[in-house]
Amino acid sequence: MLKEKDKIFKNIYGYDDWGIEGSRKRGIWSNTKDLIAKGSDYIIEEIKKSDLRGRGGAGFPAGLKWSFMPKNSGKPHYLVINADESEPGTCKDREILRNDPHLLLEGCLVAGFAMQAHACYIYIRGEYYNESSNLQKAIDEAYVASLIGKNACGSKWDFDIFLHRGAGAYICGEETALLESLEGKKGQPRLKPPFPAGAGLYGCPTTVTNVETVAVVPTILRRGAQWFAGIGNPKNTGTKIFSISGHVNNPCNVEEEMGIPLKELIEKHAGGVIGGWDNLLAVIPGGASVSLIPKSICDNIKMDFDSLQGVQSGLGTAAVIVMNKTTDIVEAITRLSYFYKHESCGQCTPCREGTGWMFRIMKKMIDGNVQHEDIDKLLDVTKQVEGHTICALGDAAAWPIQGLMRHFRPEIEKRIEENQQRKAVA
Amino acid sequence: MKHPGLINTVIKDNNDFFQWSEKNFAKIQIIIEKYPPGRQQSAVIPLLDLAQRQNKGWLNKSAIEKIAETLSMSFIRVLEVVTFYSMFNLNPVGKNYVQICRTTPCWLRGSDKLSEVAKEVTGCKIGVTSNDNQFTVVEVECLGACCNAPMVQINDDYYEDLTENNFRDLLNNLKTNKSIKPGSQIGRQTSDPKRNN
Repeated sequence: MLKEKDKIFKNIYGYDDWGIEGSRKRGIWSNTKDLIAKGSDYIIEEIKKSDLRGRGGAGFPAGLKWSFMPKNSGKPHYLVINADESEPGTCKDREILRNDPHLLLEGCLVAGFAMQAHACYIYIRGEYYNESSNLQKAIDEAYVASLIGKNACGSKWDFDIFLHRGAGAYICGEETALLESLEGKKGQPRLKPPFPAGAGLYGCPTTVTNVETVAVVPTILRRGAQWFAGIGNPKNTGTKIFSISGHVNNPCNVEEEMGIPLKELIEKHAGGVIGGWDNLLAVIPGGASVSLIPKSICDNIKMDFDSLQGVQSGLGTAAVIVMNKTTDIVEAITRLSYFYKHESCGQCTPCREGTGWMFRIMKKMIDGNVQHEDIDKLLDVTKQVEGHTICALGDAAAWPIQGLMRHFRPEIEKRIEENQQRKAVA
Repeated sequence: MKHPGLINTVIKDNNDFFQWSEKNFAKIQIIIEKYPPGRQQSAVIPLLDLAQRQNKGWLNKSAIEKIAETLSMSFIRVLEVVTFYSMFNLNPVGKNYVQICRTTPCWLRGSDKLSEVAKEVTGCKIGVTSNDNQFTVVEVECLGACCNAPMVQINDDYYEDLTENNFRDLLNNLKTNKSIKPGSQIGRQTSDPKRNN
């Protein structure tokens, strides 16, 4: 269990002042100038050593990603913060944005300097209106205190932060779709390569990174990569905000160390599963786009990238959706299928058409109103979509259904048989 | 599912004439300056939002044309942005725009019942504006407050930790123009696991 002194997000629930005074008391902005003075190579090297992996879902090593930014490209560099938190189950960035915005801003400055960017855009989801107004106030405070702007923190580095509100599209959480949206277009993902580090926002070198990833950077630099790497397991280091929702007694966001056992996470922080641990049916461990895991796996699984990948699921955004035995598991996944159908941007045919197909078959499966061979037909459709689209939304739509079939196929077969019996009687 | 933000038909009424208000016109310059010179197209989403706020929650053809003119964009480039993003409404909405989250985490905690309550109190179907223009109730996909499920968004604010009862009270208070408090409706501090009761 994470010790109180190792917590990075000290104001996650917003009991303390989120403004600049309160933030300074929590140690934010205390020696930012010294951190920058250590140089860009040092910062990237420390982040690499800390084994920090991106907190937005894919878990790509952050230091490595930042090192892809070219040196001396002759073009302006951009840092873009992805605060378009829309993955069902996830609400961690929201707490950072509204309760500790200066932590993010300090991270932006340090990370932006490390990748030689003078401008940073924070793309926040449009529905987070109050969060964006807190963040805008924090940005204004930071400008007034010369913490950002010209000669930010007295570091001789000019750094501007701009807030940009989205308008309600899940796909804009995909990095290239986000850049398209930021350029004032429909949020349809771009074909890669070129990767954003080569040609991103306005065709210039850009790094897109999650809120939580950037917010932990100043603390890592202050306390050292060794400290961060010492929390959790090798290659799955540091602390992580887990969002626990669904059938638990006390749903909550909580900062914990990586690799905490799922059972401990749910029982210690979320007050346990409603009806007790034995009443657990399944858990979606990393937001809507990863496979669910049944109770038998939940009993012993550790919450980190590699352990969950080992059971054909993923840590994703660490949004734990708990479902107990009262849940209609088929409908739960059908609702996610509807979500992906709704949010598909329509660019690639397999996803645009496939998500609709998957939803319609899933909907029929709730009542078992299909034939036995439709299960394999559905799985075939998921395989046709997976890997055949520009971005990962197609994969994300396919995986929950594949996970359902992997673990709950007998349940669906039972429903089909019951439905056939009903029809025979009628 | 009916939702004014998912409609692709633009309403053109010859009596509608959209003009930036003086206050908003001043804001436009500040917004455009956020982006590098020549990249004013980036401001299209913020400007659409501004226009929608000025125009009582929806966008007519005149407003979209005005934005195209302001940003030197072609009408169709603005329109495709309007239809792509679900927060831009192409139909008028009521004074209280109630968006009920229906995705799995909220559904697990009873968002279905919230839709029933909303239909009962407002007397209108999902996606339809009530006759007195007080309410438009829609079901939407995940709003990103899953640890406070089930939740709804009414205009700009989130109302969280709802039950059938406190949601009914909330809507009744809106109906009678009483003030309501955003955030958790069970007195919990943001997404803290601790509860007061």
